[in-house]
Amino acid sequence: MSGLLLGGFYAAVTIGVSISFGMLDIVNIAHPAFIILGSYTAYIANSVFGFDPILSSIVLLPAFYLLGMAIYHIYDVSFERRGDASIRGLAFFFGVLFITEVTLVLVFGVDYRLVDAPYIGPSLHFGPIDLPLRLLVPFLVSCALIGSLQLFMSYTFLGRAVQAVAQDPMALRLMGANPSKIKRIAFGLSIASCSVAGAILIIIQPVEPSIARDYIGRIFAICVMGGLGSFSGTIIAAIILGVMESLTSTFYGPSWSPAVAFGFLLITLAVRPSGLFGRT
Amino acid sequence: MRNAYFILAALAVAAVTFAVARSIDNAYVFFAGYVVLQYIVLATAWNILGGFCGYVNFGIAAFFALGAYTTVVLHKTMPFLPLPAMMLAGGVVSGLIGLGMGYLTLRLRGTFFSIATLAMAVVAQTMITNWNFVGGSRGAYIIRPADSPIFSGDYIQYLFVVMLALSVISVSLARAIQFSRLGFGFSAIRDDEGAAEASGVPTLKLKLIATALSGGLMGMAGAPLPYYVTYLDPASGFSLSYAVNTIAMPLIGGTATWLGPLIGAILLGTLQQVATVTISSALSLLLVGVLLVTFVIAAPKGIVGWFKK
Repeated sequence: MSGLLLGGFYAAVTIGVSISFGMLDIVNIAHPAFIILGSYTAYIANSVFGFDPILSSIVLLPAFYLLGMAIYHIYDVSFERRGDASIRGLAFFFGVLFITEVTLVLVFGVDYRLVDAPYIGPSLHFGPIDLPLRLLVPFLVSCALIGSLQLFMSYTFLGRAVQAVAQDPMALRLMGANPSKIKRIAFGLSIASCSVAGAILIIIQPVEPSIARDYIGRIFAICVMGGLGSFSGTIIAAIILGVMESLTSTFYGPSWSPAVAFGFLLITLAVRPSGLFGRT
Repeated sequence: MRNAYFILAALAVAAVTFAVARSIDNAYVFFAGYVVLQYIVLATAWNILGGFCGYVNFGIAAFFALGAYTTVVLHKTMPFLPLPAMMLAGGVVSGLIGLGMGYLTLRLRGTFFSIATLAMAVVAQTMITNWNFVGGSRGAYIIRPADSPIFSGDYIQYLFVVMLALSVISVSLARAIQFSRLGFGFSAIRDDEGAAEASGVPTLKLKLIATALSGGLMGMAGAPLPYYVTYLDPASGFSLSYAVNTIAMPLIGGTATWLGPLIGAILLGTLQQVATVTISSALSLLLVGVLLVTFVIAAPKGIVGWFKK
């Protein structure tokens, strides 16, 4: 059961990468670092000003959106227009990941940080099943996050434009639209989701700068397994991974659980690179 | 024939380097020099796959630490083995891992390979952390012998010479590859893999050769590490800073040739040693990250690119 809730949380963490990697084909390996950044902003809002971490993360969404737009702008000007996005783009995001992490270490140190909210301690009880609220609340928040992104993608003009970019940027250019503008918006959304994902991360577990790396494997495993850019696939893959991880940590000990994600990733890549639910 | 001259020249440079280091007569020179040499090997090894073929490997720390842990295992089971034999073993282990990784992921787009290597570092670390024989998360202690086995001097001088020899080998190897059929095949893959495949270049085979060579050299670079640090734990062996430095050096120096990683490693490695002593180690890492991003954006051909117009 806790695996299911954990899976919901993983889906929220991954959804940003589903947009950037799955739809826009931007390999943003710095994504987890931005999630940790989100955790720290929630931490500051909580410990200094006493705000609720989730509410404050929603307030901070525009700031992260702008950050994402800025990063995409740099990326677009320096790599995509020159046409050598692959190696240098990867190295760029790797550098960004590293800079973010070291900066966080320099500012906050390597101590684990916690937040304080009324729903962190207690649990709900349904007969034999215990539902700790510190997992249930993140689960609901991430459902809301993914649901609203899904609605945005299917029903608004911009959302459909993003999907058009994902399908065929060349055709879009021929129709006279500017794909980089739309990609910038979509990338902004992807980074904006880090604000909320970071806030629920710090509710679930204490955070320190280097845990970003543990999430890289998980995020990309889920994203690839879910079939790159498909929201429903992402949710199902995230739940499978969450359940598998909590079973592994119950039976073999928590120190083995990072290996699960990688095993999944490797098997998926070797056997079915289009993901469990991908087209072709 | 040109290769033979080059190796002779490289050996001469190496001999002069060692003579100069000996004449300074300060153990710190060897400790700092060892790190710079280690990065020359790592950067050159990375560049064989990353620069020549265009496949980005983020799992440097994994290959490097696997080499180091091979030494730990051999040290516990067969302590009589000489260091070069242990390095060879470390190289074989990491090379095989590279081959296996490559076989599973290299048939796909390059980004998948990069992501898989990144995740592999985390998993290899998990495995080592859970393996009690090599110390688990507590780490392993290795006692460094006091004196060098082949000439009179401290053991660190011996490590320095071994690493010097390895850097001569790897730089010569990279240079030989660059001007061989293999190298032309690699650049064909980098420029347009589909076209290369269509014109009869055996792309998968070449990529696997590159992965195995590159991984093997990284493993060899890692093998002497336990003797250098004398205490090895998973967190330091798998440190992300190895990966960042190793990727930053070729990109700053220039990835297309054998010379780029060499220049990058010497410059950045020395700069970092100085910065660690004078400022702080965290800031010197930040410096590397910022330099990496700056060079990738502003000077995509690296320092070598400034001179070749």
